[in-house]
Amino acid sequence: MSELISKYLPNVASLGWTGDSGWGTAIFQTIFMTFWPAVVGGILGLVFGLTLVLTKEGGILANRVWFNICDKIVSFFRAIPFIILLAFIAPFTQLIVGTQIGTTAALVPLSLGVFPFFARQVEVALESVDRGKIEAAQALGSTNWDIIFDVYLSEARAELVRVSTVTLISLIGLTAMAGAIGAGGLGNTAIAYGYNRFNNDVTVVATLLVLILVLIVQLVGDWLAKKLNHQVR
Amino acid sequence: MSHIIDLDHVSVTFGDLHAVSDVTIKVDKGDVYGVVGYSGAGKSTLVRTINLLQLPTSGTIEIAGTTFFKDGVAQISGKELQAKRRNIGMIFQHFNLLNETTVIENVAFALKHSDLDDDAIEKKCYELLDLVGLKDKAENYPVQLSGGEQQRVAIARALANDPEILISDEATSALDPQNTNQILDLLKRLNKQLGLTIILITHEMDAVKKVANKIAVMEHGKVVEQGNLRDVYLRPKAELTRQFVGGSLAAADTLRSFNLGELSDNEQLYQVVFSAANVTKSIILELYKQVGVDVSMLYGNIEVLGDEPVGTMFILVTGTPAQQAKVTKLLKSFNVEVSPVDGGILA
Repeated sequence: MSELISKYLPNVASLGWTGDSGWGTAIFQTIFMTFWPAVVGGILGLVFGLTLVLTKEGGILANRVWFNICDKIVSFFRAIPFIILLAFIAPFTQLIVGTQIGTTAALVPLSLGVFPFFARQVEVALESVDRGKIEAAQALGSTNWDIIFDVYLSEARAELVRVSTVTLISLIGLTAMAGAIGAGGLGNTAIAYGYNRFNNDVTVVATLLVLILVLIVQLVGDWLAKKLNHQVR
Repeated sequence: MSHIIDLDHVSVTFGDLHAVSDVTIKVDKGDVYGVVGYSGAGKSTLVRTINLLQLPTSGTIEIAGTTFFKDGVAQISGKELQAKRRNIGMIFQHFNLLNETTVIENVAFALKHSDLDDDAIEKKCYELLDLVGLKDKAENYPVQLSGGEQQRVAIARALANDPEILISDEATSALDPQNTNQILDLLKRLNKQLGLTIILITHEMDAVKKVANKIAVMEHGKVVEQGNLRDVYLRPKAELTRQFVGGSLAAADTLRSFNLGELSDNEQLYQVVFSAANVTKSIILELYKQVGVDVSMLYGNIEVLGDEPVGTMFILVTGTPAQQAKVTKLLKSFNVEVSPVDGGILA
């Protein structure tokens, strides 16, 4: 196997597994940069998405001020291209994680880059919950917390898994750009060690690895969404 | 005696739209109160003021002795309102069950804030499902059930907190005739068994005819007619009520098709209404024998209102004014309601 790789993909083999430029390191970095922003951006996105739906006109906590604040924050961060966001919030990144470069530094802009996207997706997912169900719960004397957890989040859970899958995949895409601030990852391998050095085999292999990662996320997401959904016979 | 539901001069406006204007409805305990009207008449908006899902613009709302709304402001809110709402069950046209939870979890959801412990809740849920005949479907998901079954789950859920009042918002409108009848029978049974007061909103007169004892007819946010089912049904005053009742329309159509032309002076048309169970004598024969008038029956029909079969006839009586007076008197002595009808209906 390794002989075959050395013969047909010499540049791929020369990068090795470990070390700064190693494949293992790159894969780990990509997963690392996907996981933490997914957690932080996921929570932020869920909170903002929920707030948007609840405070919207006609929502159970309708409040123009809160809605507008959330709506503007989400729109603002969504409007900034990610590559610019990386640079734009560098001082803030320094404040939070103590450095402006490297894999850890990328976590902050990645979280901020992914949360508005997720917030909008959550908003759409929660709005798919029929108003009638909310009304029925209110008529039963449910509290707002009941409605949030037992109606909105519970009824939309398959849809939430689906939008999380989409978000996770787009987040994997964003990690490729984090190479610009020295964060490494498979995207960086494809550009820095592949494209820039005319090592096409490295580019192809890095791309394939990203594809495999995306495929795994997609398959798990689809399986989970299907398992959680009882709305269709 | 105070009413369990007391809506007094209630209005609801959305900007320029008067969804409900100045409606007064009093419902007694144990009533099945039908609210009939076409869609957009304001029925749903009106009944949503009962549990304050819809805040009225003005008027007074008093439910089971508690003032919910008065002088333009809600008198209760938050926790208190949530608790009071548990005394008012509600079912909907599209059932509004939680599709991601099982049937029994749907019912248990209503008991989330009850004082019962988990075992007691489970026991109660099974009792409720038994009441609506769905005990064996407890572990199913709503989509695995038919529409009628889903509505029965919704009824079980609505009754979980032993409410005194049940609001049915077009609950049978999305169901086929067989399921509709099952649900109406169930509602009637609950009314009798539990003494449940039911508000039945519908655009189907048949549903009201089957279970209600009182009725209000709504159009453009106003109640155009209300009263006992029998009175409103048999002698509708408003044009809209006539349309809903339909029966008298059918009668008018039938009568018109006779092409009798102008009635002569000694001819008089009567509408005769009787409880079919009470009238055993042959009315027409008795009129001929005792008064000596010639009677033609132009239209006859028997409808079941609630549990009571009620007959309606249109008869044409030929005789002198003195005989006509006797006709009315004799019919009344048979416990038959009789009212002269203007011959214009035949034109």
